[in-house]
Amino acid sequence: MAKITVDGIVYEVNPQNNLLQECLSHGLDLPYFCWHPCMGSVGACRQCAVKQYRNADDKTGVVVMSCMTPASDGAIISIADAQAVKMRSNVIESLMISHPHDCPVCEEGGECHLQDMTQMSGHNYRRYDFKKVTHRNQNLGPFINHEMNRCIACYRCVRYYDDYAGGKDLAALGSHHHVYFGRHEEGTLENEFSGNLVEVCPTGVFTDKTFSEHYTRKWDLQTAPSVCTGCGAGCNTTPGERYGTLRRIVNRYHHDLNGYFLCDRGRFGYGYNSSDRRITEASLVSTHDDEKGVRKSLTTQEAQRQFDAMTAGDVVGIGSPRTSLENNLALRARVGVKNFYAGFSAEQQRCVQAVIAINREQGLHCPDIRTLEQADCVLVVNEDITNTSPRFALALRQAVRNRASQLATDARIPLWQDAAVRELAQNELSPLFILSPQGTRLDDVATDTFLGTTAQQIALLAAVANIIDASVGNAATDTHGEEGARRIASALITARHPCIVSGISAGSEALIHATANVARALRKYSVQSDAIDVCFAMPESNTMGLALLMEEGGGTLDDALQRLARGEADAAIVLENDLTLRTTPEAIDAALSRTPAVVVIDQLHNEFNARAQLLLPSTSFAEQNGTLVNYEGRAQSSHQVFQADAALRPGYEWLTPVDPLSLVLTTSETILYHSAQTLSVLSGAEKLLPPRTGIQALMKSPRQSHRYSGRTAMNANLNVHEKKQPADRESAMSFSMEGLPLQKDASLLSAAWAPAWNSNQAISKFQDEINGELKQGCKGVHLLQRTLEPHVAARVSSSADNSVVYFIDHIFGSEELSAASPAITARSVGAYLCVGEADAQRLGLQQHGRAEISSGAHTAQLPVLIRQRIAPGAIGIYCGGEINRHAFANGVSISAVAEDSNVLVRSRQMFSELVISDSQQGRG
Amino acid sequence: MVWEVGSPLSIGAILFTVIIVAAMLIWVERRLLGLWQERLGPNRVGPFGLLQVVADMIKIFAKEDWVPPFADKFSFILAPPIIMIVILMSFTVIPFAPGVGVIDSDIGVLFVLAMASLGAYSVMLGGLASNNKYALLGSLRAAAQMVSYEVFMGISLLGVVALTGSFNLREIVIAQTDGWYIIPQFIGFLIFMIAGIAESHRLPFDIPEAEQEIVAGYHTEYSGMKFGMFFVGEYLGVVLISSLLVVLFFGGWLGPAFLPPIVWFMLKTAFFIAFFILLRAAIPRPRYDQLMTYGWLFLLPLSLLNLMITGAFVLWQEGGM
Amino acid sequence: MIRLIKDTLISQVVTLWRVFMHAFAKTDTVEYPDVQPQMFSRWRGRIILSRDPDGEERCVACNLCAVACPVDCIALQKAEDDEGRWYPEFFRINFSRCIMCGFCEEACPTNAIQLTPDFEMAEYVRQDMVWEKEDLLINGTGKYHDYNFYRVAGKKIGGKDKGEARNEAPPVDVRSLLP
Repeated sequence: MAKITVDGIVYEVNPQNNLLQECLSHGLDLPYFCWHPCMGSVGACRQCAVKQYRNADDKTGVVVMSCMTPASDGAIISIADAQAVKMRSNVIESLMISHPHDCPVCEEGGECHLQDMTQMSGHNYRRYDFKKVTHRNQNLGPFINHEMNRCIACYRCVRYYDDYAGGKDLAALGSHHHVYFGRHEEGTLENEFSGNLVEVCPTGVFTDKTFSEHYTRKWDLQTAPSVCTGCGAGCNTTPGERYGTLRRIVNRYHHDLNGYFLCDRGRFGYGYNSSDRRITEASLVSTHDDEKGVRKSLTTQEAQRQFDAMTAGDVVGIGSPRTSLENNLALRARVGVKNFYAGFSAEQQRCVQAVIAINREQGLHCPDIRTLEQADCVLVVNEDITNTSPRFALALRQAVRNRASQLATDARIPLWQDAAVRELAQNELSPLFILSPQGTRLDDVATDTFLGTTAQQIALLAAVANIIDASVGNAATDTHGEEGARRIASALITARHPCIVSGISAGSEALIHATANVARALRKYSVQSDAIDVCFAMPESNTMGLALLMEEGGGTLDDALQRLARGEADAAIVLENDLTLRTTPEAIDAALSRTPAVVVIDQLHNEFNARAQLLLPSTSFAEQNGTLVNYEGRAQSSHQVFQADAALRPGYEWLTPVDPLSLVLTTSETILYHSAQTLSVLSGAEKLLPPRTGIQALMKSPRQSHRYSGRTAMNANLNVHEKKQPADRESAMSFSMEGLPLQKDASLLSAAWAPAWNSNQAISKFQDEINGELKQGCKGVHLLQRTLEPHVAARVSSSADNSVVYFIDHIFGSEELSAASPAITARSVGAYLCVGEADAQRLGLQQHGRAEISSGAHTAQLPVLIRQRIAPGAIGIYCGGEINRHAFANGVSISAVAEDSNVLVRSRQMFSELVISDSQQGRG
Repeated sequence: MVWEVGSPLSIGAILFTVIIVAAMLIWVERRLLGLWQERLGPNRVGPFGLLQVVADMIKIFAKEDWVPPFADKFSFILAPPIIMIVILMSFTVIPFAPGVGVIDSDIGVLFVLAMASLGAYSVMLGGLASNNKYALLGSLRAAAQMVSYEVFMGISLLGVVALTGSFNLREIVIAQTDGWYIIPQFIGFLIFMIAGIAESHRLPFDIPEAEQEIVAGYHTEYSGMKFGMFFVGEYLGVVLISSLLVVLFFGGWLGPAFLPPIVWFMLKTAFFIAFFILLRAAIPRPRYDQLMTYGWLFLLPLSLLNLMITGAFVLWQEGGM
Repeated sequence: MIRLIKDTLISQVVTLWRVFMHAFAKTDTVEYPDVQPQMFSRWRGRIILSRDPDGEERCVACNLCAVACPVDCIALQKAEDDEGRWYPEFFRINFSRCIMCGFCEEACPTNAIQLTPDFEMAEYVRQDMVWEKEDLLINGTGKYHDYNFYRVAGKKIGGKDKGEARNEAPPVDVRSLLP
């Protein structure tokens, strides 16, 4: 620890950091633009000027840029020095020379870093009389608005988009004061993390287009801490509501997981909440003879009565991996453990169980996303991580830069010297190996991408394991594999912090075991003597949670459907689950045909719940409290943001029978608390609940900001007599402005705000140090403990899974709920077939033409995409919500369909929206 | 039908007039206050706003006659009529003019004083029965104030009684044929007037109901006609004190013959009523402790002094010394 | 003694006399509604939404009035036309809550919301005191005649391209390398 003196006060600092970062860590207000906690310093904006003195006798001092000056021991600086203050106010004045008079019509207004810094630097009136520079905007696609006039040329956008997120299509164009940040031509920003530009840009150049369509100022949003439901990564989000609809999602800092950044699926995939596919009322298919089959709407009371009547007998309950633990627990309590069935497809359940076993194994470690960023050698197995668990991909892009960090440390360059570190490292990257059936979006930073079918990947993994530790793996079968395996093995062995990332989207248990075997083999070489990092991405927000719950009893989906098909149940309750995504149409038909009553509780209309007799509307993640378990087994609370329409109720409310004698109201909290006491897999989960003693237990935290406006007018058109604010009996938050202020306590932090810091940069006021943990923040509870003995790996036969069909995931479209959001729909494509050039020639397929695939009784006509980079012989299918994956999982036969120029044009248009990396050959 | 003391016509006319005058005072007071405060006062209902009284009456009768659930119901209802009754009773001994009066009592002065002290019960009961801290404070103040000021109110009158040699009010008036008692009894007049204001708790001595301090004092909880009785009772008090001042110090109905005696009496009384209202318009309210100190330490010795001097004068005049 | 008499008696009598003399002074009361009071343009009465000199709605739905409002009686929602102009989709003032403080007018960056000298706003039904944009919008510029926010702002709207606002240079051609 070093000591520095700021304006006469001594602070303890970390000498590895720069002065700006340390000043901010200690809560001092110092303006800045180009510096970002995650991206280091480049000293471009000159806004963070301070006065530095040589020693205590030096009264003159020199003005330095605090972001470019190390916080070395004994440094004496002054923020309040008149010369430094003058310098900062002159700098902001010149930055503002061409800034337009736009604040009232700017989406950034009210949460604008530029506004904050202008205030802080003391610039009021424009003295510059000459003309302002103006720019034409570009249409950057459905996510991002571009208003280039507002730019102050801090370069944060390109530093984030190109350097941090690996984007290729945003650049600083033009020269001198004509510099322009945009694409080479108008078009959609391709990077999957483009949404973070909204938060990275300190002014209103890049704003959220979806938010702008129903814009509300930050202070008017009702927010609560929430967890993203886009995939199993468990990123923390802050959804905001106004006038009863969800308005936007922004990042919520989580030290271990998402940090400062979200993926575009998580940020822009909220639109389904108010889409027209939303189920807004309970409905029942009439059984009367005169109007048979007509769907009639019901009131909540009628629906509840009907529900109780229909499910009085022998009931099968099917849970869901995309809804909270509480909802699944309520279903489990209602139908009983014996009648509770998992909502996974069969192979998915086997895979998750295998992953849980690996996560419990000693000697292995499931890294959080921050740990992923620190890996210096990464092996990605099969999973197209950018499209299934996108936040991982952003972390891996940072992981490959650890080579640069290493070089900089060796050259004694501080890591925050961003430009210097990049200059030094040039193209030196840490090893990243990717095994995949097709080219992935990470190929540009990969050392090598091995294209192979699942069977080939298993063989290669076995070979790698064999090289590392002959007792674990088996020898490679072909020479190419031999060579590749040796390279991977040597990189993993020499790494100080190797990491293996995979997922379960292939549905291959053998692949998971083969992946784990590499990690097990690596234990022998573990330099840190710690556990080896291996993690598996989960496709849905609560896949892990439901799988854990199934350990406490319950059957598989196949069991449930077979039981229904045998006619052994009077009714089935399907909780937030589109079974057509889980199993074959035959299995569903067989089950539904013998079931007298099918009750579905869901959020969006789909083909499956159209067949339900009773359809009950459920609230979305933003309208209910819930606990979600991410890929690590970390349970996190997602809080209700706003009160939904009265017809919509959380799943657990529909499912928990109303007991007039029961004095205790059933809330999400009581369900979780009770289950944490009784179910061993959930033990410890009660720590997620707010404290029950002390002042925090008595006072709620407000969901609305202290400047929330319009309270006495927003509903005045309906009734001038204001209604009481809805009471929240379920959580530690209130639906109003009243309660314990959050300003110094991050335990229920939703929207960061601190005096003079209105933008999201206010988060630094809640961190114990910059990039540190949130003060009093709850990081979730780990439900998995490493209790299993180190496993002696079984050899995995490469013939365990020899399917040539693989299923493609896309960040926009593969996740069921977000796919219904208009902005996501605009970026998603329909189902297609993907083959290599050789296979296309053999089958007579034409690029963008049509092919018919058939498997058993199922056929489908799909547009064809011929890719350069695809494993020979492999056939990729993207379902896109149009075709049933399980119908074609066991191999397909393909035939070309006669050309039709209309179809060709349409599919060409469709594929033009598709962002894939096909020409990238890796960096070799 | 004859005009004589105690005749039904006389009684009816007095009762009617007194109550009408008291009611009209609602309007008169507001108009006069307006005049002195450079406003207009009520002028929208009827000519010059005269019918404002009627509007107020309709309002006060139509109001919900509410008894607070926490109040002592019997005393709560009993309190307001007491003040009306005792003050109306006092009017019985007032000699309005020759032949106009209810009774011609030889103990008129004592009767008036007795009735005035009974009035304290109304205020005390009302405040106590309300079971409200402001009402209780108000009635406590009222009780203390009325008991204190009654002492020298009585003593200040004794000068007049000594000069006349009679407690009969009619005789007191007749005794002033040669000269009004305002001259020899100026100090008595001042003391009696101040005590009278305090007795009817008018401004500036409206300490029992000081709205800036204790909401509305003893009648905080009253509404409707019960409040109306307190309200009218207060105005009746004003009329009573004014007519007593006229009777005791300003020669009652006596006056030049170009106007009938009853008119003289009314004019004189009206002057004092207007004077009361002017007091309200001009003088600020003293503090409660100031009021008590002023009464016991200044007015009481002064009234005793006045009595001694008057007594000595009377004895000297009768040649006893 | 003399001082006591002077303080207590003389001063009271003088007070009484002075107050009495007010009877002959002119009354200040203005007999509204028979006599209409003279109102001043800066009087804070009924709130209106004005139009810019070109006849377009001035309000750009920036929400500053709503957040400045101490009684939270203004609610609005931003909408945007095809050419980028912001306007309120709805704009609601609950006059039964309004305290006529004028903060909204001070906060308004476009001079759209203005308080007028009209104070006769009583209603028999409280619900009628909720005014929507249609009720608030007038066909004139109100107190400020010349101001047009979009002529100053940098945002492009219909009829005003980039670089056409006050004090703006024409848009930059990024492909040019000229200084």
